[in-house]
Amino acid sequence: MATHAGGLTATRTVRVQGLVRGFGNRAVLDGFDLEIGAGEFVALLGRSGSGKSTLLRALAGLDGDVTGSGRVDVPGNSSVVFQDARLLPWQRVLDNVVLGLRGPDADERGRAALAEVGLAGRERAWPNELSGGEQQRVALARALVSEPELLLADEPFGALDALTRLRMHDLLRELYARHRPTVLLVTHDVDEAVTLADRVLLLDSGRIAVDLAIDLPAPRSHRQPQFLAYRESLLRALGVDQTEG
Amino acid sequence: MTASVLTRPTATVPVRTSRRRLRPGRPIPFGSAIGPFLLLAGWAVGSAAGWIDARTLSAPWTVVTTAGDLIADGRLQDNLAISAQRAGLGLAIGTAVGTVLAVIAGLSRWGEAVLDGPIQIKRAIPALALVPLLILWFGIGEQMKVITITLGVFVPVYIHTHNGLRSIDSRYVELGESLRLPRAAFIRRIVLPGALPGFLLGMRFAVVGAWLSLVVVEQINSTSGIGYMMELAREYGQTDVIIVGLVLYGLLGLLSDGAVRLAQRRALSWRRTLAD
Repeated sequence: MATHAGGLTATRTVRVQGLVRGFGNRAVLDGFDLEIGAGEFVALLGRSGSGKSTLLRALAGLDGDVTGSGRVDVPGNSSVVFQDARLLPWQRVLDNVVLGLRGPDADERGRAALAEVGLAGRERAWPNELSGGEQQRVALARALVSEPELLLADEPFGALDALTRLRMHDLLRELYARHRPTVLLVTHDVDEAVTLADRVLLLDSGRIAVDLAIDLPAPRSHRQPQFLAYRESLLRALGVDQTEG
Repeated sequence: MTASVLTRPTATVPVRTSRRRLRPGRPIPFGSAIGPFLLLAGWAVGSAAGWIDARTLSAPWTVVTTAGDLIADGRLQDNLAISAQRAGLGLAIGTAVGTVLAVIAGLSRWGEAVLDGPIQIKRAIPALALVPLLILWFGIGEQMKVITITLGVFVPVYIHTHNGLRSIDSRYVELGESLRLPRAAFIRRIVLPGALPGFLLGMRFAVVGAWLSLVVVEQINSTSGIGYMMELAREYGQTDVIIVGLVLYGLLGLLSDGAVRLAQRRALSWRRTLAD
């Protein structure tokens, strides 16, 4: 079984050694190694079935029912953002945000977190009164209100429409700049990875096929020539032929 | 008219008949009151015309005056109070027991293995069939009565709460794990609210079950309560008193079911369902 222990240096937040995870006889991850520095924003790209969600769940400690071995070191206070907002429908928005918080100032911190994602004044709303984008904002507020050292996001914008997704990208970068957590964002969208991350990992059949540092000045845009170059090399590694590019 | 018949022979057939209406149509104002009103009217007419023998069924006005007399000498209130106390006590204990057992069986595999089987067996045995045994064990006092009602109440509460608990989306459980919720907070914030729709459905069955069991225990070896009042009236052939008791049971059942439905609407206001 993997251990979720401390013992991390100040510069390294995540350390995975010899991780093995499988379902039945099929090994999804076989001897996987990964290190992520403190405060790094890492995007994890890969086709479906490449093992990216399995890796994220291993880091989140949400795979107790899966067989495997290896060593996983992650900080004790990590947060997860799921693809669905996963708000409790029977709790009002503010109660959802402070769900994992303890202490007398929990409500106050929850309100501040909601204000940060642009939802001040919606504290008393029920989750099903919010739009999909707003629900995902609440989920972001819930993940960040505990000031996590590590934010794990599993295709958090996958279910949103294109316009909402662009706004959420800006919001996430803004929140990242303010809170400076280490981020591991699982996505299948190359543009999203290049727009958001400082480092893009491309996972292929359980191995890191590409480890690419993204060095682009902000604000990033599809019109930057460098952006297109990163995009193309990642798409090529994913096996997508860009005849028109 | 004739011209149109000549040009389009089918135009004389009204278009509306071609499309069959499958819906029952518009609701009738106060529709639900019509059936009971007709029944009452038939009863009143039958009694007034002398078609119904007063020894078989007292006239409605006799029932009303009898109810007035029973209230005036305090018998109705006293018997109602003692009946309500029995039903309430059995309901409270049964609800608590059913809920606790459902949570234990729902959250632990061992709890389920130990508890679920016996409760399913209990469910298959009619509550009333247990009465002889309960009389042997607990005598014919209040204890036996409250225990009989409790046994009738806890089963539906357990079954529906357990079912509600089991159908809580596993994604919410995963959320609790990812937030490292302590078990107590997990139960309070996720398990209990998630099982609430099931619990309230169980409560609707339970309140009806409580009154049902009450009737039985009050008609055996009882010296107080609505059931006793009716049983005594049977011996003296007072159909009017029996009818007063029946109406009372009906009202109590309707009122308590309405109360649970009201609680349901208020507690589940976060839900958007077809009924809203």
